[in-house]
Amino acid sequence: MDILTISLETAIGPIAAVYVLAAIGLNMHFGYTGLLNFGQVGFMLVGAYGVGVGVGTFGLSLWVAVVLSIACAAVLALLLGIPTLRLRADYLAITTIAVAEAARLLYRAEFARPLTGGVYGRQSLAEGFYDANPVPPGRYGVLGVDFSANQVWLMLVTWGVVGVALLLTSALMHSPWGRVIKGIREDEDAVRSLGKDVFVYKTQSLVLGGVLGGLAGAMLAINQQNITPDQFMPQVTFYLWAMLLLGGAARTFGPVLGPMVLWFLLTAFDETLRTLASEDLLPFIDGSDIGALRHAFVGLALVLLIVYRPQGLIGDRKEMLVNVK
Amino acid sequence: MRTRLVTVLLAVIAALMVIPGTAAADAPGGENLNGQIRQPTTIEGLDITVYEGFEGDEVIGEATTDSEGKWEVGLPGPGDYRVVLDEDTVPDDYVVPEKPGSELEVSVRPDQQRTVVFRLMTPAEAAEESKEASQEATEDDDAGGAGGGDAAEGEEGAAAPGADPGTSFGERFLQLTVAGLTFGLIIAVSSVGLSLIFGTTRMINFAHGDMVTFGAFMAMMFANMTLFSSLHDVFEGVPVLDFVFNPLVLGLVLAVVLGGALGAGLERFLWRPLRRRNVALIQMFIVTIGFSLVLRHVLLVVFGARREKYAQFRIQEPWQLGPLSLTPRDAAIMALAVVVLVLVASMLQFTRMGKAMRAVADNRDLAESSGIDVNRVTLYVWGLGGALSALGGVLYGLNATVHWQMGFHLLLLMFAAVILGGLGTAYGAMAGGIVIGLVAMLSTLWFSPQLMNVWALGIMILVLLVRPQGILGRRERVG
Repeated sequence: MDILTISLETAIGPIAAVYVLAAIGLNMHFGYTGLLNFGQVGFMLVGAYGVGVGVGTFGLSLWVAVVLSIACAAVLALLLGIPTLRLRADYLAITTIAVAEAARLLYRAEFARPLTGGVYGRQSLAEGFYDANPVPPGRYGVLGVDFSANQVWLMLVTWGVVGVALLLTSALMHSPWGRVIKGIREDEDAVRSLGKDVFVYKTQSLVLGGVLGGLAGAMLAINQQNITPDQFMPQVTFYLWAMLLLGGAARTFGPVLGPMVLWFLLTAFDETLRTLASEDLLPFIDGSDIGALRHAFVGLALVLLIVYRPQGLIGDRKEMLVNVK
Repeated sequence: MRTRLVTVLLAVIAALMVIPGTAAADAPGGENLNGQIRQPTTIEGLDITVYEGFEGDEVIGEATTDSEGKWEVGLPGPGDYRVVLDEDTVPDDYVVPEKPGSELEVSVRPDQQRTVVFRLMTPAEAAEESKEASQEATEDDDAGGAGGGDAAEGEEGAAAPGADPGTSFGERFLQLTVAGLTFGLIIAVSSVGLSLIFGTTRMINFAHGDMVTFGAFMAMMFANMTLFSSLHDVFEGVPVLDFVFNPLVLGLVLAVVLGGALGAGLERFLWRPLRRRNVALIQMFIVTIGFSLVLRHVLLVVFGARREKYAQFRIQEPWQLGPLSLTPRDAAIMALAVVVLVLVASMLQFTRMGKAMRAVADNRDLAESSGIDVNRVTLYVWGLGGALSALGGVLYGLNATVHWQMGFHLLLLMFAAVILGGLGTAYGAMAGGIVIGLVAMLSTLWFSPQLMNVWALGIMILVLLVRPQGILGRRERVG
């Protein structure tokens, strides 16, 4: 019972909302446009550091810092897109995974320390946000699920941003722009032959999805109130991929369902292992190994999902038969 | 034209063999402090404590020297630390001299394994010593594990891998060139398979880096087995057999065999069935990512997160060749890498299977219609790629340290190498690997060593902008 409520709390908590936001961005890239972005964590990194540097270094107000986050994510998307989007899809895949990791190295480097705080990151970033909390203090919850007033306020805002992002993608995908974007996924040459500038459309999609990733990073910074570069490891991107594919790519609610379900499962997995380990039922597993096993579990889930159910929980199989040319 | 190009390349690679020098790769990854107390003798049971910051009292870690006088403390990250030797644990026969004393302040760069040297001496020596000028007592371990107690005399902490700030620019340039060549050869060995696999199957193997880690860990496992060390004891002192039966040499051979088996097994039991199911390429990319996550973390669970060095060939006296110092270990790494690359190139150039591999990489359909058994060739390519990546892993582990994330870090440089050389071309991967290794190392002449990977990746972006088909790639539309 305990495990269930903890898992449920994570599934609807602020962290899950952050991952939903980043997964919506990834869905824009992969689900709708067919772009292989293996570096979504890079967008989250620059987004989080938009807040981190804006508030922590320059003492800007949080709202200006969020705008800075969005700008940083857009710049990163252009930086990634301009060299690679004219090329085959695999070049984008390689470049994104490499640039995301290079960005992490840059942000944690010694020479960037005056700006980013180096390996120590930036702290106490969200005081303004929690000062503006309109929710009266106290505990809120039903069925054993329990959140503090600050968490409720944070959840209202993050899930609110998620709602706006969902409305935006849904409206975009039903617009002429969305039809061109999906056409690029299906057959780039056909779209090109209709006189559309595929490169421009792909760049727009990359920027839009990247900005959503940047917003997710900004929300993460607000949620944790401090950030360090090393929480933006490449594994985060692969979690997002597993979540998106689990929920169902190219569906409006796929990237919402996926992170919630996967966070529920992962927390249940963690807690179960930890309970078993604390009762010495798993003599061969160390407490520190649980995190590693969880990563391996996500990898396995990714393989099995893509092979046996590429459309995920609510996807359309036909839409997932995209291919690289 | 192509044959001539390859011949020239082979000649260049062979010529690299005769360039002497030292190799000193900065190991990417976490940080630690380590040292060995062996002057005047190795002393066991000395307590060493590491504190956060120069002033702070927060204990980061404690260590006690082992029977060889060695100790090691893992660090949470780069920064300033204070290392304190507990003088109460020092035997009465020795004293800690005033300089540098029992308390040392060190700054650790990211990814640095820093050697901290405590000096002990007899009371008589100490009296003499106190008259002499003070000496810096710490030095980098970047020079490749050789930094023990005795190497520290009067040397300053190195600013760049393998180079002291005291030496002239020319000397540092030379040292780093050789270090870059070593690193580049390691990248080249590992990435030939990546490029060939892409050529034959159009698939980017994101798990290639973890196959590198697999090789390094397998060699470590075998090298630490008592079976092999007792086998080695039998041949101890016999001129050739002493080397052949060294546990690490046996471990290397077994790791390469297992790496080849892993590659071939993956192709036979994972990729071929997936291709039969008509799984699209994008999906295959995601499968390789998932598999790499599984492999990396299984290795982490089995072997732990510690950063280790191979016990064999650890401490060696460097050869002095003019202004350069080169450990026999690094010379052997370069020689082995060059021999293997020449062998692979000759195989690709002159044997039937090699020609078939290049044909399939060039155009799969055309190769199939001209009677080449494409499935068999692909299986061999995966076996070759797996074996080479395992070899690269052992060499990299020998040059730096063995760590569960070593392969992933190398993978990014391997990507830069294959894109620079031209995706899908084996010779391109070799040339690209050497260039990337040189760029990464030489960038430390002017810029922080933390950024050496960033420069390599910057080159990759530049190549994509200017010449996306790479140095050796054929001019064709890739978009």
